[in-house]
Amino acid sequence: MFAKGTKRKFSDPGEEPALGAELGPVVRPLSSTYSLQRQSLLDMSLIKLQLCHMLVEPNLCRSVLIANTVRQIQEEMTQDGTWQIMTQALAAAQCPADRLVATEVLCRPSEALAAAQKEEEEEEVVVAAAMEEDVDSEANPLSSSSFLPAPFGAEPGWEDEEDDSEDEDSEECPSDAEDVPDSRRGDQVFGTFEIKHPAPPPDPALEELFSDVDPSYYDLDTVLTGMQSTPKMGPYDLLDSLSPHAAPALSTGTSCRSDLNELDHIMEIIS
Amino acid sequence: MHDICTTTFFKDIKLEEPTQLRFKIWTFSFFKNITDIISTVEFNHSGELLATGDKGGRIVIFQQEPESGNQPQCRAEYNVYSTFQSHEPEFDYLKSLEIEEKINKIRWLPQKNAAHFLLSTNDKTIKLWKISERDKRPEGYNLKEENGRYKDPYSITALRVPVFRPTDLMVEASPRRVFSNAHTYHINSISVNSDCETYLSADDLRINLWHLEITDHSFNIVDIKPANMEDLTEVITASEFHPNQCNTFVYSSSKGAVRLCDMRAAALCDQHTKIFEEPEDPNYRSFFSEIISSISDVKFSHTGRYMMTRDYLSVKIWDLNMETRPVETYQVHEYLRSKLCSLYENDCIFDKFECCWSGNDSVVMTGSYNNFFRMLDRGSGQDVTLEASRENIQPQSVLRPCNVSTGGKRKKDEIGVDSLDFNKKILHTAWHPLDNIIAVATINNLYIFNDQLN
Repeated sequence: MFAKGTKRKFSDPGEEPALGAELGPVVRPLSSTYSLQRQSLLDMSLIKLQLCHMLVEPNLCRSVLIANTVRQIQEEMTQDGTWQIMTQALAAAQCPADRLVATEVLCRPSEALAAAQKEEEEEEVVVAAAMEEDVDSEANPLSSSSFLPAPFGAEPGWEDEEDDSEDEDSEECPSDAEDVPDSRRGDQVFGTFEIKHPAPPPDPALEELFSDVDPSYYDLDTVLTGMQSTPKMGPYDLLDSLSPHAAPALSTGTSCRSDLNELDHIMEIIS
Repeated sequence: MHDICTTTFFKDIKLEEPTQLRFKIWTFSFFKNITDIISTVEFNHSGELLATGDKGGRIVIFQQEPESGNQPQCRAEYNVYSTFQSHEPEFDYLKSLEIEEKINKIRWLPQKNAAHFLLSTNDKTIKLWKISERDKRPEGYNLKEENGRYKDPYSITALRVPVFRPTDLMVEASPRRVFSNAHTYHINSISVNSDCETYLSADDLRINLWHLEITDHSFNIVDIKPANMEDLTEVITASEFHPNQCNTFVYSSSKGAVRLCDMRAAALCDQHTKIFEEPEDPNYRSFFSEIISSISDVKFSHTGRYMMTRDYLSVKIWDLNMETRPVETYQVHEYLRSKLCSLYENDCIFDKFECCWSGNDSVVMTGSYNNFFRMLDRGSGQDVTLEASRENIQPQSVLRPCNVSTGGKRKKDEIGVDSLDFNKKILHTAWHPLDNIIAVATINNLYIFNDQLN
């Protein structure tokens, strides 16, 4: 990757002695290298979290550690003010329908997730345009981070914006850095990236496409726990719960735009 | 198929320092397990048996050959004793996910009679296996032929008593108990209690207490699952019972803390009795700090006074009487600290290395990359890096300690950090409880070494 692999807080040697290893809401100038590294780490982490379309349950420890890393980066970016810049760029860039497509491609649900999500509380998800600060985030802190992948599936146009925002970032920082971090911003660290569902897509085909998609797919929670939600039944209730849950799993699978290979595989095993 | 090759190498390490490394000369036996990736290695309490589990759900047990007077130096002769399929792959229909048959842990029970018992576990199910020998068989049945077919009852005219006759040794493994349906998350540890009646099993979020005789229920003793799974930030990574105190156990977490619990305090041990955690070094703070502080293994010393933890870069020895910081810290491969980003990218940073104590607790051992493993002598403070590699071992050649160079100038016989093979990792090692014999598992091969007695 980079010549220096260590993610030090302060990549500018001139600043290091002055700021030392202090963390927290300390005013610190961002070098573009550091921002780039940090953004790259964030992107990498989110991709890692997305790679859960396996046949075997993903490693919970690994997922939790990656999620904690993402959270840590988001917190720091919020303090730096770069978080809001990025989310605004996102909002300005694309229409909701595109984002839905991108997200669907990345967060392709399996029948398992569909079945599992039936039990979870339906979480309200708000349109990405809710980056406007007046939206209250009652949302769970983790739901936002799953939307960051949307840019990954988007047109290359995103990359330009990222560069723009980076440039903006380095210019704006001296002034931003002076600002007291908006307390609402803190609340919205994780709340700004929610997508409203059902967002009315202009295309009726799209509407049909997503009619069966459970909104709670788009939560980080899904990534971490979608496979794990069955424990709510208790370990000894598996037999009892098998019948009510088996049916929705299959019906959702057949109606949802799922991976046909996956379905075939499962049918093979069941038969 | 097992390829057995026994060779003896002598290496006399003369050091400048007055005290020499105790483990200076090693003999090795080499077994190749070409079928599958080894996932766990464990000696039994006498050291006579060595069990390995693999990714295919198989267990292979090796038995030490009785020492021959001619070759006192070759104590590391282990031959295959028994092979059996412990766990089969399963499919969870509810979640549409496969349950791997990979054996995560094996733990032997203390031996009570002629048979040997061990617990083996995959992600979801624990099984108690009985391994017994049979060297006699009954012959002379009245109702059955020798080939097992039943005789026509009307053809029997006389009555005889069947007798036992010696036969070729047969080792049988039979499942005696199956402990299932108690873990929603992946089981990472099992540990037999010193009372020899109970054992614990730990998954990512819960620890259960079982009685060896009872399979249809267990007691939950630790539950760190948050009410809201979105608040989950910490998981259980390993757990072990104290070797002497049957009421005490510890569990380690992904945040680098070890909690000691006393089962006498409460039925549910969510409130720890002690917590062992070292404050983070601010000089090394980075986005990867938490990940590398995650503890991959925790082991009590044989005496029970100390506890060892393994995190990504170091091994720490803790005195159970002091929670604030470890009494000893050893760097395993500090040269990786500058490579954490790459190791995060290729997922190596999540590798779970195990660690083990020598029989007298004076030396600890753990694995690394490039098929290196490290031995750390607590008494002298010295350490050695050795390599478990077939290419480097030939008759008449010398098994030498390895060094990894970090600077620009590389000495002879050193290997650069960038030349390390991160696919060759030694995650599982075991030390004979009574002798200086060690078992080291690379991905596909098992190496057994013993030190030379003077």
